This record gives sequence, structure tokens and C-alpha cells, in this order.
Amino acid sequence: MTKLDLRNALSKNLRDYGMYIALMVIMTFFTIATNGLFLSSRNIADLMNQTGYIAVLAVGMTLVIVIRHIDLSVGYLAGFLGALAAIGLTELHLPVYLVLPAVLLLGVAAGLLTSLPVAKLGIPSFVASLAGWLVYRGLLLLSTTGTGTINISDPFFVALGNGSIPDVFPPDTTFLPGLHKVTLLLGLLAIVWFIVADLRSRKQKKLYNFDVIPTDMLVLKLALISVAIAFITWKLAGYNGLGWTVVIMLVVVAVYDWMSRHTTLGRHIYAVGGNPEAAELSGISVSKITFTVFGSIGFLAALSGILFSSRLQSAGPTGGTLFEMDAIAAAYIGGVSAAGGVGKITGSMVGALVYMSLRNGMNLMGVDESLQYVVRGAVLVLAVIFDVSTRRGKR
Amino acid sequence: MRSPILEMRSISKEFPGVKALDHVSFQVAEGEVHCLVGENGAGKSTLMKVLSGVHPHGSYEGDILFRGDKMSFRGIADSERVGIAIIYQELALFPELSVYENILMGQEITSGVTIDWNETIKKATQALKRVRLDVNPEALIKDLGIGQRQLVEIAKALCKDVKLLILDEPTAALNEDDAENLLSLILDLKKNGITSVLISHRLKEVIEIADTVTVLRDGRTICTLDAHKGEVSEAVLIKNMVGREINNIYPSRTYPVSDRVVLAVKNWSAYSPKLGRSILKDVNFSLRKGEIIGIAGLMGSGRTELAKSLFGNPDGYEIDGGLTFLDKEVRFRNPGEAIRAGLAYATEDRKGNGLVLIQDIKANITLANLGRISRRGVIDENAEVKQANEYKSALNIKTPSVEQSVVNLSGGNQQKVSIAKWLFVEPRVLILDEPSRGIDVGAKYEIYTIMNRLVEQGMSIIMISSELPEILGMSDRIYVVSAGRIAGELSRAEADQEKIMHLALS
Repeated sequence: MTKLDLRNALSKNLRDYGMYIALMVIMTFFTIATNGLFLSSRNIADLMNQTGYIAVLAVGMTLVIVIRHIDLSVGYLAGFLGALAAIGLTELHLPVYLVLPAVLLLGVAAGLLTSLPVAKLGIPSFVASLAGWLVYRGLLLLSTTGTGTINISDPFFVALGNGSIPDVFPPDTTFLPGLHKVTLLLGLLAIVWFIVADLRSRKQKKLYNFDVIPTDMLVLKLALISVAIAFITWKLAGYNGLGWTVVIMLVVVAVYDWMSRHTTLGRHIYAVGGNPEAAELSGISVSKITFTVFGSIGFLAALSGILFSSRLQSAGPTGGTLFEMDAIAAAYIGGVSAAGGVGKITGSMVGALVYMSLRNGMNLMGVDESLQYVVRGAVLVLAVIFDVSTRRGKR
Repeated sequence: MRSPILEMRSISKEFPGVKALDHVSFQVAEGEVHCLVGENGAGKSTLMKVLSGVHPHGSYEGDILFRGDKMSFRGIADSERVGIAIIYQELALFPELSVYENILMGQEITSGVTIDWNETIKKATQALKRVRLDVNPEALIKDLGIGQRQLVEIAKALCKDVKLLILDEPTAALNEDDAENLLSLILDLKKNGITSVLISHRLKEVIEIADTVTVLRDGRTICTLDAHKGEVSEAVLIKNMVGREINNIYPSRTYPVSDRVVLAVKNWSAYSPKLGRSILKDVNFSLRKGEIIGIAGLMGSGRTELAKSLFGNPDGYEIDGGLTFLDKEVRFRNPGEAIRAGLAYATEDRKGNGLVLIQDIKANITLANLGRISRRGVIDENAEVKQANEYKSALNIKTPSVEQSVVNLSGGNQQKVSIAKWLFVEPRVLILDEPSRGIDVGAKYEIYTIMNRLVEQGMSIIMISSELPEILGMSDRIYVVSAGRIAGELSRAEADQEKIMHLALS
């Protein structure tokens, strides 16, 4: 391998995995700064659960930004729909299996409504969703004025944000005492699946003479990923096990990631983002794609609202405040490009994890909230600078 | 020989993996018109970027001497300061600003801290006179034609006291009239002591205007020819550009055209609500199986609009008239319907609305017909690679792999990807809008050969083109469009350049 090849491979992979490295640096820093508290099982579980409701929004926002739009309304939409769920459960005593799908459907409807003027009249999504931001904020206040904070006691609903998957194996005092074994098993399966899938796609690529990363790089990458998964599952297993929020987040990320890379819908979305006119002339309806992507973020906003109100076991008048900005920040940290057509779903999840790690870590350190905003702003801008400069370096 | 105003000595420039310039020497004499020709990827643009400072001093090897002094430009501002101005194909004007504001952009005339608008307009008007452009200086750039915009760019350069004017394919987007006008302006400027370097693919105008021609190929200087010694001819230029002789760049077809009409347009009219005017009036034409018809006409005559109005009308014209496609009376409501019915349209602007440049070759090829390689909405990636590779070899797309981003390909290869994309939908009728724009002679020949192969397989092609030789060389029949109407129909036998131009200007 020549020096140039090595440099190319390094710079390409640095871009792809830079976020993972940054995440590790941040986590190491907080672990040292908090004397290991950051990496305690309980905190890792907390962190993952906190990340959940921002990560699902960031996933939806990624696709919105990919098609060159923005959705500012989803924060208060999540808050409002969370409040509706609370009202349905607590005040109207509706069953949870009715409330959940109804709220999710309302989310889709809200997303479609936001995109109606965008797709049909060419109104900038910034303006259309700013209007939504105002409307949903008003509706959230309206729905909570009489009652203030609405408590939720439905056990199923509350479990979404606080509960964990059950452990089918009996507690054992000799073999791995105190650890959640289903979580460990799932972690192990995930590692195996990751390695097998990666090797398979690599083999396929080699068959077609595509560029593949060098073997030593691959081993390093797989080793790092395996260690990371093993570590996190170990930590989660040490507390209550894999939380439902994490499961939901991972399912959302897996489905969207698969959709974006392997389906015609995904291809159409990225084509519309890369060149809307070319997409239209290729027989792709740009307005249909716009509706689809906004409908999807509406759905995810509803999910985010459910997870958040479930976690707090209540819904209040400030629910969802600034979620949209957190999701946008997470997407940009994760490498989505404002120019359109570029952005990975998994990147945005890691972006959300980076972002929430900062919040969580600084909270543990007792950093003043005002300073936290400054740090998060600095990290956001550094991440984007890093992304842009590595992108430029790769010709 | 007169003293050189510019000497570029042994310039070498490397990009990762590619040697773009390999010890190129380029010398321009004071007061001459010097043409720089070569295939796409020969290094012309890179050489001009080195000269203008876009590739700054230190990023290349070799020396630049301007009026005898060694130069080390760190950016465009440096080269402009000594009097070198480059006018690119993609114009750098502000569409929402007026002509005079554009002309003095970056060199505003001020009194104190405010701009002296009276003086600005006066100076801009003088500059407009020098380029013989008769427009109101207060007109907005967006309301000007492309030929007029080019003249505004030159006026802007003249205001900067330019010594050496470099024009990168200035006539590529112009109609014959505007092109003629521009060339005579260059000769005028020459009389006033301004040296010009002209990069062009149009060999005719090179022969018409050049004092000296330098040919580049594969990043090397092949030869410098003196027009006044009779060294310059089309055959010589082509030979030096491609390194081989092309006897007939239009390959012949032997396969006969069938009698079956596959597409017929009757009294087709279109009105654009956006532009507020009618763009097509009573257009009638027909296309038979296995036939190539040429649509000739000046830019802006309505050729592209005609194609788009048939192809699902993405620009939202109000249309009147009848379209019979494969024996069925149809009106496609969007490009998707047209594609599914078997009509394809490869756009004239492959970078603007043809290809998704940031995506790879295979994704671009399959984009318009993903259903062919997917089941229930899930893409079969193996099938995709296989298909893409087949088109890659059938069309001879030069790339290490189909996973290469399209943005990294040369113009000719991009055009081949664009054609591959439309072949992938397996159309019955293919509309090619300016299939050979901005691509080199070798790639042109390949594209013509592909077109012949397609019609022999029973496809029908509508070719829209500004290049008369191409229209004459490739079409079975020719329709000439003028001001939104079909001004005339010519058979291959009776057509010649004069007749077509006559109709186009009618």
C-alpha cells in the first residue's frame, strides 16, 4: 500500500468513524471528570433512555434535511401529542392500546399538514414549520392550562420510558450474578450479526472490485464496534437491563437505516435531496417524497412525545421545548449536509448520543446550565467544521 | 514573432491520482487571438486555473511570466490586478442586480463612503458601448439573454483595464448570431490592443478567428500552430486533438426505417403561465420506428420546451393538442407516466437537471427505473451492480468502478451515464437534448455509434441539437423550430446548413 492510498483510506474512514471516536473521547473525559460515575451502569442506562426521544426525532430530521428542508414544529408537536396522550389516558380513561396508535396517527397527520404548503405551493419549510411551532406551542399550553401537569399512571405507558425488557432466565447466584442475561445475549447476537453483515458486504464489494477498507483497518473497526456493544450491554445488564426506550430507538434506527439504503423509497429520498429537478425528470414525484418525509417526522415526533411523557410519567406545559433544535444539532453532528442528499441515519443516532452525553456528563459534573449551552454550541460547530473539512479533503 | 505577453513554462499540476498537467508550455504573443483547443480532460481548464490563481502559486510546478515578470498568484484577485481576466462558461453575475451594478461589482466608484451611482452608470454605459451591447444599464441581469450576459461579463473585465482576456467556451451556449457578434467583438478588442485566449470546442470559429492555436492532449502541449502560415485546418486540429484521424465522425446506418409511426404530435400548443407567454404554437410532427429525427433551431426557439411538454410536462405548461404514442391517444401528466409508457428524455443540462452528481454511477443509471431491480420496494443490490456494469461496458463508460461518484467523471462520461440511465428504462422513444454538448470528438463518435445501434434495435430517437453538422450527419429527417413553430421539414437528402439556418431564422 502506498503512502497516498493509506492517507486516502485514513481520511475517508476518519470521516465515517470520526463521530464514534469523538463519542469515545467525550465519554472518557466525563468518566475521568466524574471519577467513574459517568460510566456506572445506572448512568449509562439513564443516558440511553434520555437519548431515545431525541434520537428518534433526529432520525426523522435527517431525512427532512436530506431533502433540503427543515421542520421546526416537531418539538412542540411532540410536547402537544404527549399531552394529548396524557389527557386520553388520565382524564378520558381511554385504553392505552387505543391512545398510542391514535397519537401516532395524529403525528403523521400533523406532519402532512406542515408539508402541504411546502409540497404544493413551494412555501419554504422554515416558514411553514415555524407556523407549526407557534400553533403547537399554543395548543400545548391550551391543553394543559386547566390541569397544569397531567400525571400518567398507566403501567404499560410508563414502562415505555422507564421499564426494561424482561429477563427470561432465572436469577442465578453462581453464573454472572446480578446481570440481566437476555440483555447480554442480545448484545452478543448484535456483535455476531454486525461482524457477519460487514464481512458479507465486504466480500460482495470485493467481488465487484469496489473499494474496500484495508484488512487491518477492518479488524480494528470490527474490534472497536464489538467492544463498544459489549461494553454498553454489560453496563446495561448491570442495571435493569435493556430499556424499552432503547429497544424502540434501535428499532427505529434499524428500520430507517435499512429503508434509506436498501429500498426504492430511500433511493428516491436521497435523489430528491441530491438534485430535485433531476429526480422529477426521472419520474419521481418530489411532492410525494416531501409528504412522505414530513409524515414520517410527524410520526416520530409523536413517538418522541410518548417516550418523553412516559419517562416523566406526566405531561406539562413546557414539554418538547427545544427538542427540534436538539434533533437538528444531533443530525448535523452526525454528518448530515445542509446542501441536501447526504446524511446517514446511524450518524444521526450517534450525533444524538454525543449531544446527550454532553448534557448528561456536564450535569453529573455539576456544570452550570448556562455554561452547558456554550459547550454544546462549541461542540456542534466543531463537529460541522470537522465534517466539512474531511469532506473537502476527500476528492 | 512579437514579444510574448504571457509565458507559461513547463507547468505541471497533480491531483491525487491524476497528473492533470505535464510540463505544459504555453506562450501568448501580445495583441493576438490565441485559441486553446483539446478534448475534455486535456487540461485546458486546469491550465487556466493555474494562470488565474485559482490553483495558487506553490500548488503547481513551473513558472508564469506575464509581460516579462515572474508571477506568483495566490488567488484570482492577484491575477486580476495585473490585468488578466477570465470569463467562465458559468457566468458569475448577480441575476437580481442591474447591469451597471454588475459591471462595477468589486470596483465600485465611491465618494466618501457611499457609492457614486451617477459616475457608476456613466462608466458602465461606456463599457457597454465598447462591447456594443445595446441594453438599458438599469435592466436586471435575469431579464437578459445568455449572449447579452456574456457581453456584460466582458464589459466588466474591460472596466478593470484588462490586458489579457481569457474566454472559456464563450460561444457554447450562444446561438449563431450571438456567437458571430462575440467573435467580431474579440477581433475589435484585438485592434485596441487586448490579447485574448479563447478556449473552444467549435473548431470552425477557431479557424475563423485565431492567429495562433495551441493544442493540448492528456495534459501535454501537442503543438502550437500559426494560422497565418496556413497551418490551421479542421482536419489538422482534430488529428492533433485526438491523435488519430477521424474520417467520418458520423457513422452510417444501413438498417431501413419502418413505416410504423410510433409518435405523432398534432396541433400541439403550449402556454407558460410562469413566463406569461405562449411558447409552442401548432406543432405537428411524427416519428417512425427505427428513425432518428433531428430538431434544429436556435436556442430559445422552443425545442427543449417541446420535449418537456411531451415528456409529462414538469414545468406546468397549459397544453392544447393531441399526442399519439404507440397507437394510443395520450397526455402524460408527469414524467413518471411518460417513462412507464416508454418515452424517455435525456436533458440538455446533465449537471443541472440530468444527474444526481453526488451519487455514484450505478445509482444514477438505475434511478428512473428502480422497479426493474427491486422487488416489493427493496433493491436487489447485486442485480443493480450487474446491470450497471453491463451498461458501463456497452457504452464504454471510462471509470474504475460503477461505485464512482458521477461528479468525478469527465463531461463525455457523464453524458454516457445520462444516456445509460435512459436506456435502463427500456424506452421505445428516446429524446436526446443536445447529446454532444461540451464533450470531445472521441466521445461524440461513440455516442453517435450508440444512437445508430439503438435505432437498429427498433428504438426511435428525437435528437435536439444546436450543432448543424450533427443534425445533418445523424438525422433521417429534420424539423426546424423557430419561435415555437415548426418552420419546416427537410429530408436528409435535401437538407444543408444554409437551408436549416434559413428556416431557423424565419
